[in-house]
Amino acid sequence: MLHSLHTCRYWILYALFSFTIIFGVHHEWVNAYIQLIMMFIGINIILSSSLNIINGYMGEFSCGHAGFMAVGAYVTSVLNVWLFASDRVFGPAVLSGNWILLLFPLTLLIGGLAAAFAGLLVAIPSFNTRGDYLAIITLAVNYIVKSSIENIQTIGGARGFMGMRKVVNAMGDVWDIPWMMIFVLIFTGFSVWVIWRFVSSTYGKGIIAIREDEIAAEIMSVNTQQMKITAFMLSSGLAGIAGGLFAHVLGYINPGSFTIMKSTEIMVMVYLGGMGSLSGSVISAVFFTILLELLRPLQVIKWVVIPLMLILLMMFRPEGIMGNREIRDFFPGKRK
Amino acid sequence: MPLLQINNLTQRFGGLTAVQDFSFDLPKRVLPGLIGPNGAGKTTIFNIVCGFYQPTTGTIDFDHHAIAGLRPNAITARGIARTFQNIRLWSEMTVLDNLCIAQHAKLGYGLWDAIIQSSKFKYREKQVHKTAMHLLETLNLQDYANEKPKSLPYGLQRRVEIARALAAQPKLLLLDEPAAGMNSSEVEQLIQLIQWIRKTFDITIWLIEHDMRVVMGVCERIVVLDFGEIIADGTPETIQNDPRVIKAYLGEQ
Repeated sequence: MLHSLHTCRYWILYALFSFTIIFGVHHEWVNAYIQLIMMFIGINIILSSSLNIINGYMGEFSCGHAGFMAVGAYVTSVLNVWLFASDRVFGPAVLSGNWILLLFPLTLLIGGLAAAFAGLLVAIPSFNTRGDYLAIITLAVNYIVKSSIENIQTIGGARGFMGMRKVVNAMGDVWDIPWMMIFVLIFTGFSVWVIWRFVSSTYGKGIIAIREDEIAAEIMSVNTQQMKITAFMLSSGLAGIAGGLFAHVLGYINPGSFTIMKSTEIMVMVYLGGMGSLSGSVISAVFFTILLELLRPLQVIKWVVIPLMLILLMMFRPEGIMGNREIRDFFPGKRK
Repeated sequence: MPLLQINNLTQRFGGLTAVQDFSFDLPKRVLPGLIGPNGAGKTTIFNIVCGFYQPTTGTIDFDHHAIAGLRPNAITARGIARTFQNIRLWSEMTVLDNLCIAQHAKLGYGLWDAIIQSSKFKYREKQVHKTAMHLLETLNLQDYANEKPKSLPYGLQRRVEIARALAAQPKLLLLDEPAAGMNSSEVEQLIQLIQWIRKTFDITIWLIEHDMRVVMGVCERIVVLDFGEIIADGTPETIQNDPRVIKAYLGEQ
């Protein structure tokens, strides 16, 4: 009872926070550049917290998260462009623009579902492979996805895919409020909520048992194969949703956006925040996204400064900002 | 029909035969011990029974079902739980969580229930917690519920591991060298604990042990294994005087 009241309060807080942002953006208190960064923060929160399921909670090492993001990005984009925009390849819009606000979240979920199934490419080998060897498999999956997209000419191949701008404009035609910001806020909240409920249930804690001692987990009643499938599909599915949002925020995607560089960026956020800490992932996604933007004037030197920071982090605080604690652990009175 | 029936079990790892033609009947509520020199194949037999190894040949029937070839979690769900020679608790999680997760096979809800927190989820989660807390209380461990196992002394860790095995609500409990590394007062407590568990829970225990105080103190029947084969089977008194057992342990005169 008390617990549900607490959850309720979090929701009200998040809703108030979101309304403030949407109101502010709608009345153009912040310029388009800041808005873009705010949306990237949301997307990065989804990416880092979903990767934390695998690298933090389950203790495996996945370094191909951008691959799943790409699957979601392309599936969602192609669906939306086919349905709501006139395009050279996919022809005129299939549906009237009025449907878009209803169908856009659905296409995001379909993109997430497609990415979740791509996650099986890693989940099934993970039954017998772990550690470094599984890391190599995740890397390979990242490359498989990227090269596949590069070689499908219908969706632009290496040149990339566009038309999502028209989709976003179609949303504005229905009702002129900052829709992409709204969707980013909704799905960021949704992802963090899903992950939190998963890892705090006895069911979800099965993956922590796998991290702590896989043999003991297997023998003491955890169905490790099923848990690995669940964890990988959930993680890559949420990455797919982030990909779909990313594609529509940017209006243009190409396979080059989803390379190992992008995967590394997500990994840095997870390690910076702390493995197995959901609030750590959220905080570090905010921090890291802003930092990347602040360092933009440095151009290429940025990629010297950031790895250097990572080295220092690993030397002086290898557990990350939060370790494996959550924010509420710092407020002992609030614990039940 | 016995609770556990092992027939002609053989386990080969490449050219090595770890267990050779092992047959064993374990009736309900009997407490047998499995002893033998190091490398005799005792732990291998436990690993086969709980599904960690697939036997090369042979059958295992547990509670009227063939279990050889099932996955370990499916075997635990049928009612076999164990402890390990070197303690294998999930050391970064609380003692309470350790006992909750041991009930994973019987949760009866899935990802979807966990996310929407369905009534089934709430009901089961409450029950799982209750079972775990109740066990901790009966084993006098309730003060450590929110501690991490790695911060507990060795004897307590053993106790927690036994509690975790009991949390899986087994019909058969396999204890793999529970007294390993214990001092003599801890061994005394362990003997009492094992006898108490047997009386309190409706459970059959099978024990691997080197410590003769434990074996002689709790076992009613002893099976001696050497090089993967049974060399003696009987009451503690007959085993103590069996010339083949003496030979296996002390060598020939």
